[in-house]
Amino acid sequence: MAYSEKVIDHYENPRNVGSFNKADLQIGTGMVGAPACGDVMKLQIKVNAEGVIEDAKFKTYGCGSAIASSSLLTEWVKGKTLEQAKQIKNTDIAAELELPPVKIHCSVLAEDAIRAAIEDYQSKQQG
Amino acid sequence: MSPAKAPIYLDYSATTPVDPRVAEKMMQYLTLDGVFGNPASRSHAFGWAAEEAIEEARAQVAALINADAKEIVWTSGATESNNLAIKGAAHFNERRGKHLITVKTEHKAVLDTCRQLEREGFEVTYLDPEPNGLLDLEKFKAAIRPDTTVVSVMHVNNEIGVIQDIKAIGEICRANKIVFHVDAAQSAGKVEIDLETMPVDLMSFSAHKVYGPKGIGALYVRRKPRVRIEAQIHGGGHERGMRSGTLPTHQIVGMGEAFRIAKLEMAAENERLRMLRDRLWQGLQDIDEVYLNGDLEQRIAGNLNISFNFVEGESLMMSLKNLALSSGSACTSASLEPSYVLRALGRSDELSHSSLRITFGRFSTIDDVDQALVSLHQAVNHLRELSPLWEMHQEGIDLSTVKWAAH
Ligand SMILES: Cc1ncc(COP(=O)(O)O)c(C=O)c1O
Repeated sequence: MAYSEKVIDHYENPRNVGSFNKADLQIGTGMVGAPACGDVMKLQIKVNAEGVIEDAKFKTYGCGSAIASSSLLTEWVKGKTLEQAKQIKNTDIAAELELPPVKIHCSVLAEDAIRAAIEDYQSKQQG
Repeated sequence: MSPAKAPIYLDYSATTPVDPRVAEKMMQYLTLDGVFGNPASRSHAFGWAAEEAIEEARAQVAALINADAKEIVWTSGATESNNLAIKGAAHFNERRGKHLITVKTEHKAVLDTCRQLEREGFEVTYLDPEPNGLLDLEKFKAAIRPDTTVVSVMHVNNEIGVIQDIKAIGEICRANKIVFHVDAAQSAGKVEIDLETMPVDLMSFSAHKVYGPKGIGALYVRRKPRVRIEAQIHGGGHERGMRSGTLPTHQIVGMGEAFRIAKLEMAAENERLRMLRDRLWQGLQDIDEVYLNGDLEQRIAGNLNISFNFVEGESLMMSLKNLALSSGSACTSASLEPSYVLRALGRSDELSHSSLRITFGRFSTIDDVDQALVSLHQAVNHLRELSPLWEMHQEGIDLSTVKWAAH
């Protein structure tokens, strides 16, 4: 399997690895995937009073493309409003990382992760 | 491959480099000033010289396994030997019955041959091994039917290196008048084989797993009591009609020399390989959640098959670019399935996906082991740092109780 240079860069130097406290009201957590399928992504966003994502962190169990997709996503969402972050498409991630067709599902998973994180944050604000 | 950039070779079960002593000998059987004749040419000295070389090699192969040279049939490799043995014996005994027994962890050259026989109307039972990779003899006995004619069980498994009790299985076959075939591609030169005492009827060998060339192998066909098989390749009637085709003298001489060296050096080599293997396994003990796949005792010296929990196999391979090894994980091989051998042992998908097969051989060094240890530690630490599953495990969460969002 040949990886693009961008995938290798994110894999070797992943950005924003880590975790926030799940219980914090400012934090939205999205966990998607399943170990038996070979990938699990955890994406967390920290949202400020203006509704802007001021920080993001991830942890991913999966292949290099899955790690790169989630690492890239954390870079992209920072500074975006929740509405803007929702607009990020898996195809943008796949294009940026030059993912081959068999790895498109990694970018889909990343899109699922940011949506799940935003939903989690929003449901916390109501609760 | 330039030596500076070549990864460390830890994949001796996939194939071995040809021993320089073997290559040297092979080169004497190719050119005009060498022995290039057709061993089937009976009318001149070129043919006689080639035939003599073939018969010397036949004796060398027979000597390693304590058989008679007349019991060795040359083939193109263990794949062909397995096909010839299983199809040949199944078809020859067709009138007695059409049921075969094998094991789910066999090499594809056995499993796909059995599938083909199923398409031809034979029935095949595929037995599950025990979690340590070994066959339970009682379960094997229970699978035998009155119409069972052929049993095929490998001596040493290519992925996990476990050694089956061939003698015990063979005795059960004898008692039930069943033809017993053994794929010994991974055991020749690594485990003692004595066909005087082992009740085996047919046994497959390959040269390239024993520091010989690729594309040459042999099938042992027992003479006392005589075992009959139907030929699969027809032509000039070479190899007493069992396998036609002009014999490749240089390849055969190479296999003979490789087996001769193996007989001389096997005992000392095994001791050294066990030391290397144990050094690697000991060196990994400071990593949490490492699993050995397959029995540790009933196992060849040079094989280690391990799984690292909470680390995904493909990304692990990506971190180990400086090591040439095999993985049970998806995308390093063509298929998306995790190792079917590990699945048959009852390993979970996750552990099957994250398995690595490390196999040492004649040219492996302590330095190779130590470099591999450094790389393995770095890779596992890097990936666990990134792994949400590892984080959950550290927090004491039992992952089997988690409901995962399916995708
Ligand atoms: C157990 C086993 N059987 C058969 C084979 C096939 O041998 P060959 O490459 O000589 O056809 C191999 C090697 O890949 C093997 O490991």
